[in-house]
Amino acid sequence: MAASPAYGEEKGGSSSLGEPEYGHDPASGGIFSSDYKRHDDLKEMLDSNKDSLKLEAMKRIVAMIARGKNASDLFPAVVKNVACKNIEVKKLVYVYLVRYAEEQQDLALLSISTFQRGLKDPNQLIRASALRVLSSIRVPIIVPIMMLAIKEAASDMSPYVRKTAAHAIPKLYSLDSDQKDQLIEVIEKLLADKTTLVAGSVVMAFEEVCPERIDLIHKNYRKLCNLLIDVEEWGQVVIINMLTRYARTQFLSPNQNQESLLEENTEKAFYGSEEEDTKDAKAEAASMAKRKPYVMDPDHRLLLRNTKPLLQSRNAAVVMAVAQLYFHLAPKAEVGVIAKALVRLLRSHSEVQYVVLQNVATMSIKRRGMFEPYLKSFYIRSTDPTQIKILKLEVLTNLANETNISTILREFQTYIRSMDKDFVAATIQAIGRCATNIGKVRDTCLNGLVQLLSNRDELVVAESVVVIKKLLQMQPAQHSEIIKHMAKLTDNIQVPMARASILWLIGEYCEHVPKIAPDVLRKMAKSFTNEEDIVKLQVINLAAKLYLTNSKQSKLLTQYVLNLAKYDQNYDIRDRARFIRQLIVPTEKSGALNKYAKKLFLAQKPAPILESSFKDRDHFQLGSLSHLLNAKAVGYQELPDWPDEAPDPSVRNVEVPEWTKCTSREKRKEKVEKPFYSDSEGESGPTESADSEPESGSEENGSSSSSGSSSSGTEEEDEEEEEEDSGEQSEDKEEEEEEEEEEKRPKRKDKEGSHKAVLRTAGSPSEEEEEEGAKKSKKKALQGRKGRAETSSEASTSESSSSGSDSGSEAEAKQRKAPPSSKASSKEISLLDLDDFTPPPPQPIPSSSIISTSLVTDLEGLTLTDTSLTPTLLSPAFSAVKTYELLHRMAGEGLAVEYCFSRRPFPSDPHMVAVQIQISNNTDTEVKNLRVNEPKPLSGMRIQEFPEIEHLAPGDTATVVMGIDFCDSTQAANFQLCTHTRQFYVSIQPPVGELMAPVFMSENEFKKEQGKLMGMSEITEKLTLPEKCRSDHTIVQQVTSAANVGRVPCGASNEYRFAAKTVTSGSLVLITLERREGSSAQLTINSEKMVIGTMLVKDIIQALTQ
Amino acid sequence: MIHSLFLINASGDIFLEKHWKSVVSRSVCDYFFEAQERASEAENVPPVIPTPHHYLLSVYRHKIFFVAVIQSEVPPLFVIEFLHRVVDTFQDYFGVCSEVIIKDNVVVVYEVLEEMLDNGFPLATESNILKELIKPPTILRTVVNTITGSTNVGDQLPTGQLSVVPWRRTGVKYTNNEAYFDVIEEIDAIIDKSGSTITAEIQGVIDACVKLTGMPDLTLSFMNPRLLDDVSFHPCVRFKRWESERILSFIPPDGNFRLLSYHVSAQNLVAIPVYVKHNISFRDSSSLGRFEITVGPKQTMGKTVEGVMVTSQMPKSVLNMTLTPSQGTHAFDPVTKLLSWDVGKINPQKLPSLKGTVSLQAGTSKPDENPTINLQFKIQQLAISGLKVNRLDMYGEKYKPFKGIKYMTKAGKFQVRT
Repeated sequence: MAASPAYGEEKGGSSSLGEPEYGHDPASGGIFSSDYKRHDDLKEMLDSNKDSLKLEAMKRIVAMIARGKNASDLFPAVVKNVACKNIEVKKLVYVYLVRYAEEQQDLALLSISTFQRGLKDPNQLIRASALRVLSSIRVPIIVPIMMLAIKEAASDMSPYVRKTAAHAIPKLYSLDSDQKDQLIEVIEKLLADKTTLVAGSVVMAFEEVCPERIDLIHKNYRKLCNLLIDVEEWGQVVIINMLTRYARTQFLSPNQNQESLLEENTEKAFYGSEEEDTKDAKAEAASMAKRKPYVMDPDHRLLLRNTKPLLQSRNAAVVMAVAQLYFHLAPKAEVGVIAKALVRLLRSHSEVQYVVLQNVATMSIKRRGMFEPYLKSFYIRSTDPTQIKILKLEVLTNLANETNISTILREFQTYIRSMDKDFVAATIQAIGRCATNIGKVRDTCLNGLVQLLSNRDELVVAESVVVIKKLLQMQPAQHSEIIKHMAKLTDNIQVPMARASILWLIGEYCEHVPKIAPDVLRKMAKSFTNEEDIVKLQVINLAAKLYLTNSKQSKLLTQYVLNLAKYDQNYDIRDRARFIRQLIVPTEKSGALNKYAKKLFLAQKPAPILESSFKDRDHFQLGSLSHLLNAKAVGYQELPDWPDEAPDPSVRNVEVPEWTKCTSREKRKEKVEKPFYSDSEGESGPTESADSEPESGSEENGSSSSSGSSSSGTEEEDEEEEEEDSGEQSEDKEEEEEEEEEEKRPKRKDKEGSHKAVLRTAGSPSEEEEEEGAKKSKKKALQGRKGRAETSSEASTSESSSSGSDSGSEAEAKQRKAPPSSKASSKEISLLDLDDFTPPPPQPIPSSSIISTSLVTDLEGLTLTDTSLTPTLLSPAFSAVKTYELLHRMAGEGLAVEYCFSRRPFPSDPHMVAVQIQISNNTDTEVKNLRVNEPKPLSGMRIQEFPEIEHLAPGDTATVVMGIDFCDSTQAANFQLCTHTRQFYVSIQPPVGELMAPVFMSENEFKKEQGKLMGMSEITEKLTLPEKCRSDHTIVQQVTSAANVGRVPCGASNEYRFAAKTVTSGSLVLITLERREGSSAQLTINSEKMVIGTMLVKDIIQALTQ
Repeated sequence: MIHSLFLINASGDIFLEKHWKSVVSRSVCDYFFEAQERASEAENVPPVIPTPHHYLLSVYRHKIFFVAVIQSEVPPLFVIEFLHRVVDTFQDYFGVCSEVIIKDNVVVVYEVLEEMLDNGFPLATESNILKELIKPPTILRTVVNTITGSTNVGDQLPTGQLSVVPWRRTGVKYTNNEAYFDVIEEIDAIIDKSGSTITAEIQGVIDACVKLTGMPDLTLSFMNPRLLDDVSFHPCVRFKRWESERILSFIPPDGNFRLLSYHVSAQNLVAIPVYVKHNISFRDSSSLGRFEITVGPKQTMGKTVEGVMVTSQMPKSVLNMTLTPSQGTHAFDPVTKLLSWDVGKINPQKLPSLKGTVSLQAGTSKPDENPTINLQFKIQQLAISGLKVNRLDMYGEKYKPFKGIKYMTKAGKFQVRT
């Protein structure tokens, strides 16, 4: 309150509410009371029933806060409105609360119960905002409540709430660092989260709470790398910075034994960063003879590869983060890619330029070659701010070498004439540095600088003198002329630093100018008393040196100077004079040092090295604040050195607890991996829906929660489920009604007195609470049954009411039923489960892909035996079934629709492609009358709709099959998907490989048919098979996954043949893949349909070479 | 990360403060004022200022300093980029970003800032999400609000944050479906005394204004994508597709946004559309100097050069200038020594020129440097690099949108040394 009188006065002037008669009262008491009264009307407004008045009052209060005025005495009045229904009032109250809660801790507690209620809200956004505000209130008493809330939110279904939980972690940590251990547990849990929404925030929390716990990252490393591109931009920055540190501890330096390789490989490596495998192989071969080869850890490569596209980000911070990652982690040859992006940032705002140039300056010292091509981008414009000019100059100087020095010097010449004198001085220094670094131009520079000595601007001259002094030190003998010239300058130049430099030069090289030196000393002795201290010291120095070399002429002068110095005001000068007198003037008392005086003064001095102030800055992580300041900032994490021995890379392997889990996880991972960018077909996988269920053991008893397992249910089971569901629903409704009533009651009570509410939360459980508790557990039980949160057993034990125990037993019964049905289903419908055998995404675990390929071929064998049943049209030759998204959960308002091509003949019409559609209802209401409406196919296209789905219970999934005749074109089929309330426009675009069905034929038949389809109908393409795609299994698998084709037996071992017929017109499509020596191969496709042929070639090659 | 934000106007008043963690006293800004005093001009205030307990990171835009206070290590660009994003958002909300506007809309500003950061870490910076949370004030809405007492805060909770396409909100509806693209190229160049080009490069952007119903998926292809040397995308652009096919494929945000910025490599010869003939001389003996500049078109591909504006910073010793332009208007500010000449269109038949004398301060010697000339101009219907959009296709929606594309070339940092 000490500050409030002052504020009060200010307010009197600016606020319209001011009461002038008090505002001018000098007595502070008066101002206090005016303060009190002034806020009275605000209080009245806040207490009124009208929302508009409350809003007006809150707006005024927020405006006060914004202006930095104290509004804390309104706290009780404001906090009452925390439960206000008007959303804007509520938000403004939150703003107020977060600002002042710290100062009024006791009163702030009044609001806690509201947030606690919010945490249980069914709406995820309300849960999130409640947690956000709760965690922002810095009141230590509520730490346990916060901890509990965070823990709960960390396992919330909604990724948005989990994100908020991640945000809350550092807040709690800063409030009470004793919670660290518990918080780390939460962080660990959230790190395992697979959604992009959470990733950035949790890594931020990790960095703030436990950056040293690098072990938590191991298991999540690959996931983070893969998610990176889809994380929001701010999260990307944090993750990239963290991964840089991680990589420094886990991988070996890529440059350790590359020096020898570099000469041969620079060119190749520079361009060929994409084809790492081949390059690495080459590099290996080259170095094999010399020493142990360095092989980059695949995880290291993964990081480099996945961050590279982010150089294209619009966010300068992301670009900088990637640039520093490459600088610190990439092999020398690859660092070059960042230069272009950094140069691009120079177009941005001047603050961005400033930071980027600082970093470029550091980089350009280490890796000059990188920025050389962009030299001209650093040319200086007269409109640049001075600080930018000076940084650009620094970069230009760093980039100077023998070849470009002439152009750089020409630039410098224009800079010297600039009106900005600070900049001119910096330019002169830069010229000096160029001259020292590049011997070739030293004389030119020196001449140029000497010319500057006759400049009219004193500052320019002074700066030149200082630089010349440094240059001359390198080769004094040849430059007595210049020294003479400079000696003359002492008459004119007034800048002390320059005068001192000249005097030092003359003293140092007095032997080269024997005649002038004593004369200079004479002049200086005359003006000694008027000189600056720094000049006086140099005069003494000069005198001493002259005394030693030329005592005859200068003895008296020296004595005179020393005498003057003896009575100088500055003690440094007096000291120096006394010291020098003792040293050089031989007296009987002078000791042994006297003999060495000459050696002391006229020793050969090493020439100063002019070097950049950015020279050693790269021990700070680039892009960091510490690097910019060249000093360790608070909380800076050192960038560790590369380890000598690589730590065990297997820690990053994600082990798989059980087979089914693995497959589902793999599937998820794939989904997550290519949400938005990865697929050109726009398969934007629902990243968050994938794992909205918690991964607890109780997962099994949730029959309809996730999309994966449930769809495999048999009809029988479906029916039963429906029954059960409807039962549940009716119960649900009852429950809800009760719940509503229940909710109304406490609200009423809230109005009676909010103090009571606090008592309730803190103190002994009252009757009501018991009741509420019962309700809660009842609800929990229900949820458990739905497989969302709790296990049923817990529910049933905690239950007392009859309905509760009922539900418990029901759930148990279901649990019993569940296992057999799932077994049955896995046999029944192979298509969806086969999905699980999809080889995992390319890089991470090569070992598992071997397993899956072998399984794949086994299964293929199985399907081949099936062919007897359908002689001409093969049932699907096995391949991975890709699912595509038809309607995203968000776009569909909770209705998610995916489709895949089942590769089975469509029963009612052989000319149609069967499309299996899987619809899951993620809303909390039932969806009715789901049907296809108004198909508007392009000419010739036909659509066979699936039968209308009458009901789809919340959380349920239905699978239907529809047929589409695409007319052998890849045009999309557009139609509307209707529910009882909404309609969605959707379209299915088939990949070309799905427009055909496999055909069985013998080798001879194949050859015969092929003979008919030569010339125009034949398309041949050469390709190179990557290493991992050379086994028979893989090739067959890749081809069959790219297109729905059947394999044709073949005599030659290096040839693979496949045949298929287009679905609509039945034209043959024949595929021949011939392997040549090494990795090259030739793909031939014969088909009447040239368009299909060309597209297919492209698809297959892509499948084989990716 | 970001602790607090202070907004400081040109006269050094802190007119807004916002804290995301514990309150930091505004006295921390004293360090900033010190630095400001040391730097002669506003743009020379260092963006990063260390103080004993905090670090001050600032950006200067629209005559306002946005000063962020941080307490521990954080990438400086992270903060700077964020501050710029804040300014952009204000501009987006209020049309202009000025002290007056911010003061008038302080509640909205506060609400927006509250949503943008959580505990100092960016939460929602995508303008379409923010606009769903807090509606920007329009005149109509202000009137309605005062009458009905309704609010600017969206009553619907935003779903954008949850979606995979956070930059687009769902349920967008327009009666006229339109998509406009502006290809704007800027030439940065330094021309030396003799008229030869020292450095020239082209920086281009494609700004879009897309008002399309539903969830359209657009693809934009170029006739000559190879021209683009270095590109940076709005997050909506699918990078893989660009890598493999050089096609821009994206689900656009609603409204105005910058789709792409690009750089045309310096290896390509850049056509310089204008030239400046200049004859500026000061004599040692007299206090008068001669001044004469002529602007003319060079390689304009037959298009007219418009909006030509010449500015030049004269040396300190120049007292006044007596000039006559053949067209346009000119002004010389004797305080800042800034000469500006608004030329307008260049007529190739009759080249605009500005002639006259310069009077120097008596007694001073002639200035070392001739002033550099900065040039601004515009050329409509031309992308100087030759970039051409081939076609724009829309998938995912049924209706036929109206599509439009506009080209323009402008001077960026175009400087002529004399």
